[in-house]
Amino acid sequence: MNDLTTLRLRINGEERAVAFPTHHTLLEVLREECGLTGTKHGCELGECGTCTVLVDGRPVLSCLALAAEMAGREIETVEGLQLGNELHPLQAAFADLGAAQCGYCTPGILMAAKALIAEKPHPGRDEIREALAGNLCRCTGYHKIVEGVEWAAARMRGEDWTPPAEVFYGSPFPGED
Amino acid sequence: MAEPVRKPEPEPQRELNLIGKPFRRVDGRAKVTGATKFADDLAFPRMCHVKLVRSRVPHALIRSIDVSEAERVPGFLGHLTGKETPIPFGILPVSQDEHALCPDRVRFVGDPVVAVAATTEDAAYEAALRVRVEYEPLPTISSIEEALATPEPRIQDYGDHGNVHKVVSMTFGDVEEGFAEADEIFEDVFFYEGNTHLPMEQHSAVAVPEDDDRVTLYSSTQTPHYVHRALAKVLELPASRIRVVACSNGGGFGGKSDPFNHEIVAAKMALKLGRPAKITLNREEVFYCHRGRHPVLMEVKTGVKRDGDGARITAQRLRTALDGGAYGSYGVASTYYTGALQTVTYELPAYQFEGVRTFTNKPPCGPKRGHGTPQPRFGFEVHLDKIAAKLGVNPADLRLGMLAEPETITANWLRIGSMGLRSCIEAVVAGSGFRERWGQLPEGRGLGLACGSYLCGAGLPIYWNHMPQSGVMLKLDRSGGVAVFCGETEIGQGSDSILAAVVAEVLGVSLSDIRLCVADTDLTPVDLGSYSSRVTLMVGNAALQAAERVREMIAKAVSEQLEIPASRLVFADRRVFDAQDPEKGASFQEAVIAAEARFGTLATAGSYIPPRSPGRYRGAGVGPSPAYSYTAAVVEVEVDPETGLWNPLHVWIAHDVGKSINPVLVLGQVEGSVYMGLGEVMMEEQAFRRLPRHLSSALVHKHPSVLEYKSPTFADMPPVTTYLIEDPDPRGPFGAKEVGQGPLLPVMPAVANAIYDAVGVRVDQVPIHPHMVLKALQAKAQGAEPRFGPQRFPAVDFGETLIVPTPEQGGDGTAINDYREKLRSGMRSASGTMMSREEALKKRKLAALTTDLKGAK
Amino acid sequence: MLRLPAFNFIRARTLNEAAAILAGEGAAEGESVRLVAGGTDLWPNMKRRHQKATTVVSLMGIPELGGISVNGGVNIGATTLLDDVVRHSGLRERYPAFAAAVQSISSPPLRNMGTIGGNLCVDTRCTYYNQTEDWRRAIDYCMKEEGTICWVATGSPRCWAHSASDSAPMACALGAEVKLVSTAGERILPVENLYKDDGIDYLAKRPEEILTALHLPAVAGRCRSAFWKLRRRGSIDFAVLSVAAAVWTDPAGIVERARIYLGAVASYPLPALEAANLLVGKKLSEETIAEAAKLARKVATPMDNTDFQTQWRGVMVQRYAEAALREVAGMEPKRLAPKHGLPVIG
Repeated sequence: MNDLTTLRLRINGEERAVAFPTHHTLLEVLREECGLTGTKHGCELGECGTCTVLVDGRPVLSCLALAAEMAGREIETVEGLQLGNELHPLQAAFADLGAAQCGYCTPGILMAAKALIAEKPHPGRDEIREALAGNLCRCTGYHKIVEGVEWAAARMRGEDWTPPAEVFYGSPFPGED
Repeated sequence: MAEPVRKPEPEPQRELNLIGKPFRRVDGRAKVTGATKFADDLAFPRMCHVKLVRSRVPHALIRSIDVSEAERVPGFLGHLTGKETPIPFGILPVSQDEHALCPDRVRFVGDPVVAVAATTEDAAYEAALRVRVEYEPLPTISSIEEALATPEPRIQDYGDHGNVHKVVSMTFGDVEEGFAEADEIFEDVFFYEGNTHLPMEQHSAVAVPEDDDRVTLYSSTQTPHYVHRALAKVLELPASRIRVVACSNGGGFGGKSDPFNHEIVAAKMALKLGRPAKITLNREEVFYCHRGRHPVLMEVKTGVKRDGDGARITAQRLRTALDGGAYGSYGVASTYYTGALQTVTYELPAYQFEGVRTFTNKPPCGPKRGHGTPQPRFGFEVHLDKIAAKLGVNPADLRLGMLAEPETITANWLRIGSMGLRSCIEAVVAGSGFRERWGQLPEGRGLGLACGSYLCGAGLPIYWNHMPQSGVMLKLDRSGGVAVFCGETEIGQGSDSILAAVVAEVLGVSLSDIRLCVADTDLTPVDLGSYSSRVTLMVGNAALQAAERVREMIAKAVSEQLEIPASRLVFADRRVFDAQDPEKGASFQEAVIAAEARFGTLATAGSYIPPRSPGRYRGAGVGPSPAYSYTAAVVEVEVDPETGLWNPLHVWIAHDVGKSINPVLVLGQVEGSVYMGLGEVMMEEQAFRRLPRHLSSALVHKHPSVLEYKSPTFADMPPVTTYLIEDPDPRGPFGAKEVGQGPLLPVMPAVANAIYDAVGVRVDQVPIHPHMVLKALQAKAQGAEPRFGPQRFPAVDFGETLIVPTPEQGGDGTAINDYREKLRSGMRSASGTMMSREEALKKRKLAALTTDLKGAK
Repeated sequence: MLRLPAFNFIRARTLNEAAAILAGEGAAEGESVRLVAGGTDLWPNMKRRHQKATTVVSLMGIPELGGISVNGGVNIGATTLLDDVVRHSGLRERYPAFAAAVQSISSPPLRNMGTIGGNLCVDTRCTYYNQTEDWRRAIDYCMKEEGTICWVATGSPRCWAHSASDSAPMACALGAEVKLVSTAGERILPVENLYKDDGIDYLAKRPEEILTALHLPAVAGRCRSAFWKLRRRGSIDFAVLSVAAAVWTDPAGIVERARIYLGAVASYPLPALEAANLLVGKKLSEETIAEAAKLARKVATPMDNTDFQTQWRGVMVQRYAEAALREVAGMEPKRLAPKHGLPVIG
């Protein structure tokens, strides 16, 4: 039985040699063999989206991907999102809007959102909701996340746009706006 | 309506630097970079992995345990059984009924029996599957009715009787007189199904043995202090040798508020094997930890008297029956909570509450967001909608005409502080066009209104003591940095940011000058934990005190150095300067250096103990809070009359938060509460299956998975319009009240009321499945009662009721028939007299003032 | 974490290699082989230990199994990702309802992993079966795996696990075909013949055969189709009911041919033959559609093994059949909304 696999994995643009039990998933190998614990797990059955990473630019569930199938693939995790010491616009927007509350579903959602913006630099609200509909969040009620993606997309397009005041302060008392 | 008597609000000395404006949460960067360490992200050299072998039978005596097959799994390191953990524990002192591992008996499918440790998690699981446990089955109980009807065998050998864990009956004021005075009596029965927290993070605990007889436990817990106490008890170690560190929680919602058996097992195993031990639960096991919403059957009877265009309530009797699951957990408190907060929203001059909690062979229920109050709040608010419909009054006007008043004491002796519910109702009514659109929308479209209120921290700690409920320590030095130490636990709600913001505000520094050390029982002063929405108010007040104390020292030093009166010094923009000549001053760092030179090493502490509640009767400990938050919501739904399918289209919600510390995080809590409330009313269900008894004795969780336990996705969440109502409460830091739980409360009843507006049928239970709407529509078409819901409340002997005269009756907060109290002759006569309403209100305000004076002492 | 058991993993390079392993060439005593493509069905099932294998052969490294080609009809290689099916403009133009069915599968990240072949062969589901090893021990297992009783219908000699594929009923309605390959050769089957009415033995595919492609036939004449899926949430969930309808009409609007298949209410994509036949020779009117929908309801026997109340799902068969046929006829939808997810494609 080929119980151990050795591969060069390309993660966040860096190649590293990794040896792991063949039946281990990409999720397990990222967290345990590579020490990249930014990728989280919520069900390990493909039901919650928490473990989402990008493989060749597409969001996939790392709990259902065998690391052994990852030779030659470009893997991106939340640890690779920053630009130097600067936060990625998605990260900055999520931090500023409280789109990350407990922060546990956040890495997966950030990665799915990154893929969305790469494909659709000007995503509409429904497109954001559809693209992220495989990622459960129990804290936010999703609105701050949608607003965060909108904000980040605008900044990535080079637009000087911030969400409207009610996103930060709530709606004005009816009749007072 | 008379102007409420108010304590003067503290005058802000200057404009606030930070508070009230949106800022990036202090843990924001770590959370978006993946740097936040959750418990399962920790790894230590030689760490072993532990799995629990859980009971696969619902109720049985343990006959034998055989680990010989497990021992043969390569990598197996050792095991524990209940023999090694004989000491019981539990969150409440009155229900110490749990064991780290069941010593002789299992009570539900999922009860842990054996723990196995191995070098890898793979090996630990393989070993766990190979442990053989033989059981001698016992009869099982799966519902409230069954528990009431089946006294033997008892699931627990304590409790009021049979399989009844707790019976409560209390009467405030003359309820019969109130019913007699009423023009109409309304009676309803409701059912609220259980549901669970489903935090995205599965619980995890890592124990590290250190030195001789010392152990550190890192855990995803909302209450490290209570875990600390449970560990000391079960491990039989002095508490000083145990350190509990709460990692950032990947969501809590109440589900990580109990000390759990896996936490104790991790510590025990680490000490036994002499190496770090980790247990991370899988998703199924999280459903077995549960402690979620109790299934509750309710009966509400209300007397209503017409009053001008509106009406007022003359009396109410509420009966609740709770399905507690197999253990106590917070259950005694949960039972009281199903009755405690009915009185703080609307005038309730006479009120009787009777509750019963039963044991069943299911995972224990406990505190979930709103703890015990969403169920009766659902009942009350739907009940009010029915009353409004019957009386022909707009539901908003009915409520506005009977609001409880600020700065008063309720019939059950809760002290209401600030009360912004009127503004909340007005905001959502105006925002949604409720007055114009309610009752006017085409068939299949409807609007529903409901309200709610919640605690800002429980008035009493879980175990009786006179110590602070929250403590904060500050350390400042010549670097100009401020280190803040506090036992509070970040579960995503933003407690770290509250703590940092209060200190930064008082000292006029920026958030980046603050370093936090939190939730570490070795290093931080005790805070009781992230539950009962207590953190903003209690931690905030403790932080305020600590920061004001050090500010005073710094001001004195700067005042002496610069020869400016201390009273003129302003702390802002990282400077300490003269209010009259802002150029004259020192940088904050220079000011700290002056103070360190003047006073020596700089450290201050602040602590918070809630004011004493006026209630003195048995059970009066549940319900009091320093302040209450208020919420109103309108939900618009569409309902398909042919299928019963319904969808929420829009939610308008207004929350009286007192004062927002950080409005953007407040909005996040409101929106998250709306989400969770919608989840409960749309789909979430902790449901169980019993297999046909002639074939099997199985009683299992129906669907312990994220896929089949339905929780709303991005695609299911409607737009939400949020209004933040700021009615500062004198007892909150900067006037702040809670926001984490209250906004959930009105969502479920607002939906039920909206469905009635849309298609004219009532579903008197939660969740509202489409087949229920369809059944009610079919009943309506056939001329039967257009309703789906429970038919009756079970017969329960609630025993002798505790008679507590209300403030209106001249009571003093005690019961006249409490066996612990000596009967005082004066009280008996007082309980029988009814004063005029005006006279009574005067007296209540007087009582409120008196309490304030007492609290001030 | 819930983890996979250990197994021997082979990444096949060619179809012949995969077929040879599957045929048991060189197999050791007691070896059991399973194929995997996207892994979104097999890995959860193996983690919960209700599917077992000592050797797993991945098809994802076989180039000829991937890709979509258009030549009159459309040929979809078995390992084509579900998301690539949705995104293929040529396919979407010709078979919008098929694209909608595929787009309704689970969630976006899962559709970046799952394959069309995998979805056609997806294991039947049941709430007594799709559970962990520990949970299934608590009910002494069920007939589908290791047990003897079907807990959905305890007196039943058969297993009632339900078909869980969204692409299958739509492929059946469109009259699609699949290609099966083994060391013995290849054969073409109409998709409806791929399935058997049994929760355990639900595929007519022989164990040594590999499903290599789905072929959607050229759309002859005026064919309109629709797919309606009922599920609790707008994403992630399997269907608790789906209705796939395809109707061919002559220029006068008279129905020449109609095929209606129901998903998730039987162990296979359930043909609603009477309902379809009723339409033939008639125009699609409010009345005929309502009549056909009633007939569709008669054939479905929803069981208590998935979400939603059973009797209500029966009601919904009729409502969704009606809705699907109304969509085919170009009529205004009634108020009820399908839970496809949000209508965003491409």
